[in-house]
Amino acid sequence: MTTLTMAKALNEGLRRSLGDDDRVMVMGEDVGRLGGVFRVTDSLQSEFGADRVIDTPLAESGIIGTAIGLAIRGYRPVCEIQFDGFIYPAFDQIVSQLAKIRHRTDGAVSVPLTIRVPFGGGIGAVEHHSESPEAYFAQTAGLRVVSCSSADDAYSMIQDAIRSDDPVLFFEPKRRYWDKAEVDLDGVTSLGLETARVLREGTDITVVAYGPMVATALAAANEAEGTSVEVIDLRSLSPIDFDTIERSVLKTHRLVVVHEASVFLGLGAEIAARITERCFFQLEAPVLRVGGYATPYPASKLEQYFLPDVDRVLDTIERSMAVE
Amino acid sequence: MSITAPQRDLFEQVAIIDPESGELIDDEIYSPYLADIGDTDLREIYRDLVVVRRLDAEATALQRQGQLGLWAPLAGQEAAQIGSARGLRPSDFVFPSYREHGVAYVRGVDPAVVLRMWRGTTLAGWNPRDVNMMTPAIVIGPHMLFAVGYGMGILRDKTLNSAVDDIVIAYCGDGGTSQGDFSEALGFAASFRTPTVFFVQNNQYAISSPVGIQATVPIVQRAAGFGVHGIRVDGNDVLAVLAVTRHAAERARAGDGPTLIEAVTYRMGPHTTSDDPTRYRDAAELEFWRQRDPIDRLRLVLDRRGLADQEFLASVDETADRYAAEVREACIATPDPDPISLFDNVYATETALLAEERTDFADLHGLDLQGSGE
Ligand SMILES: Cc1ncc(C[n+]2csc(CCOP(=O)(O)OP(=O)(O)O)c2C)c(N)n1
Ligand SMILES: [Mg+2]
Repeated sequence: MTTLTMAKALNEGLRRSLGDDDRVMVMGEDVGRLGGVFRVTDSLQSEFGADRVIDTPLAESGIIGTAIGLAIRGYRPVCEIQFDGFIYPAFDQIVSQLAKIRHRTDGAVSVPLTIRVPFGGGIGAVEHHSESPEAYFAQTAGLRVVSCSSADDAYSMIQDAIRSDDPVLFFEPKRRYWDKAEVDLDGVTSLGLETARVLREGTDITVVAYGPMVATALAAANEAEGTSVEVIDLRSLSPIDFDTIERSVLKTHRLVVVHEASVFLGLGAEIAARITERCFFQLEAPVLRVGGYATPYPASKLEQYFLPDVDRVLDTIERSMAVE
Repeated sequence: MSITAPQRDLFEQVAIIDPESGELIDDEIYSPYLADIGDTDLREIYRDLVVVRRLDAEATALQRQGQLGLWAPLAGQEAAQIGSARGLRPSDFVFPSYREHGVAYVRGVDPAVVLRMWRGTTLAGWNPRDVNMMTPAIVIGPHMLFAVGYGMGILRDKTLNSAVDDIVIAYCGDGGTSQGDFSEALGFAASFRTPTVFFVQNNQYAISSPVGIQATVPIVQRAAGFGVHGIRVDGNDVLAVLAVTRHAAERARAGDGPTLIEAVTYRMGPHTTSDDPTRYRDAAELEFWRQRDPIDRLRLVLDRRGLADQEFLASVDETADRYAAEVREACIATPDPDPISLFDNVYATETALLAEERTDFADLHGLDLQGSGE
């Protein structure tokens, strides 16, 4: 076991994928010489060469479009979008092309592309550097959407994403890049891309979170006095592992979903609807959601008010528990 | 009237100040655009260059001291910004990128207000209508198209009132020219013959990526393929930049359509205060460009004309120091925004959902809703 930050664990995961399969390539703005603005691709170019770790022109649609071409040619590109708010120039390529090529070609052409996106707020950044656009992609059929929450999981998850024959949107919680965990670099087992993981067992209420909010949910669970909180890291945002959530809710009878993205039409809405369908008679309170407001992401001096924090999660847990 | 100019060899950069002697080079096309620039103007332009560099250094210091979240230094690009901004009329409209602090200064934006976005107290800062300059564009690309649409609006206004002769300028970097929106903007501008000036500051880098990743030929050459007039200028020669901008503006006003100006310059500092340029460029390169400092270039002209006496230089320093002190004080005194302002101005009239969230938010934080935005 080695203690690594999440950024370093992702770096090691990418290194291993590049080493294991010479069809894997890394491409994006500043990913080569600089090693990426968060250093997630640090020193990969010097190790694997500038033809496999490519500094691209400044054009997101170009990055994804050319990566699709590389994938059709048989490569496995891993694209970095520098920040969440800069993925939209590539939206057309992702939604109208990347997601649909397998279906359109009756399964003849698969596009095994991984798109890494540092996402979410909490780092005091200027506009367009703190967004949570995952729902746009989760709603698009043909894309897998995942988010890691810790260094240990990130290491295997990025490798699983690269191995996937489907396109994967890989959301990395940028404010957790520097959080450390024990990582098994020789590890061969992984949870796969589709399963949620119960991180903390509890009996009174279930809290589902993903990406940056997992740490927040765990902290809230630890502070919830007199309430036993089960915390689930969703991991896969599309598809969603409803079975794991259902099992937990059948035990706790209460559910709170937490994400940074706006509550309105966020992933929480889908989870609430499905779990209500599955567990209607077992639920003791409506499924509650904690998330961003229905406003644009604010200037950094206000982000503490926008982002769900431990207090808001606790407040929501209390509201749920208060329902008799 | 048509302001046609022969398309020059596009590897050649327009220059006015001889970098050795400080003499003004006589340029057949561009020198006439400087006919009105006298000693007082030269001194005021020099003052602008020094002041914006001083303000830039102050902003970097404020970031280091935790007063700003981030800063994108303009050092090295003063001539490109001051020269181009001075080539416009107050009624012309500017679409900047995020590094155009020098342009904002010339437009009359209070430098302390420029810092607010970087401090994180607002998403923008000033009222674009007050200064005919949009607030910074952080996403690279889209605003180039705005400048074409704005130009289409000017043309339409002109059909109703022939006296309308505004033009519009958009700024972007060498990296920005790779975005699809940039090419689309050139195409639309040529097609509709809009009064648009595209001003590209080729400062040699897009963060760590050298310009060679964006373009293997001079960026200005992109213009020709779209039918846009192109000019490549020494971006560290403030008089050359002023002259070519005036020329491009005059063409636009006369109905001769869009111009792409590539100002060849250098970003002497980091990309932003978060960047470490030692990872991707060496000291020799920096030194090469230090020898081509835009402020030194104009200083040669002043020296040659005996305009840089002690009294003048002291007054320039005094202005720069005073501005820097004012900006520092105003920056530190900038209050945090009212938390409830999160919910302001999302729509022209507030939706029920927002109203509900606003009320819940006020409850959660124990705020009084009386007197809040909506
Ligand atoms: C669409 C988009 N993608 C990525 C970024 C991140 N980014 C910010 S500045 C920058 C480099 C810009 O270089 P250039 O256009 O040359 O302008 P300069 O910073 O040199 O002034 C990048 C990649 C962005 N702001 N917008
Ligand atoms: Mg640049």
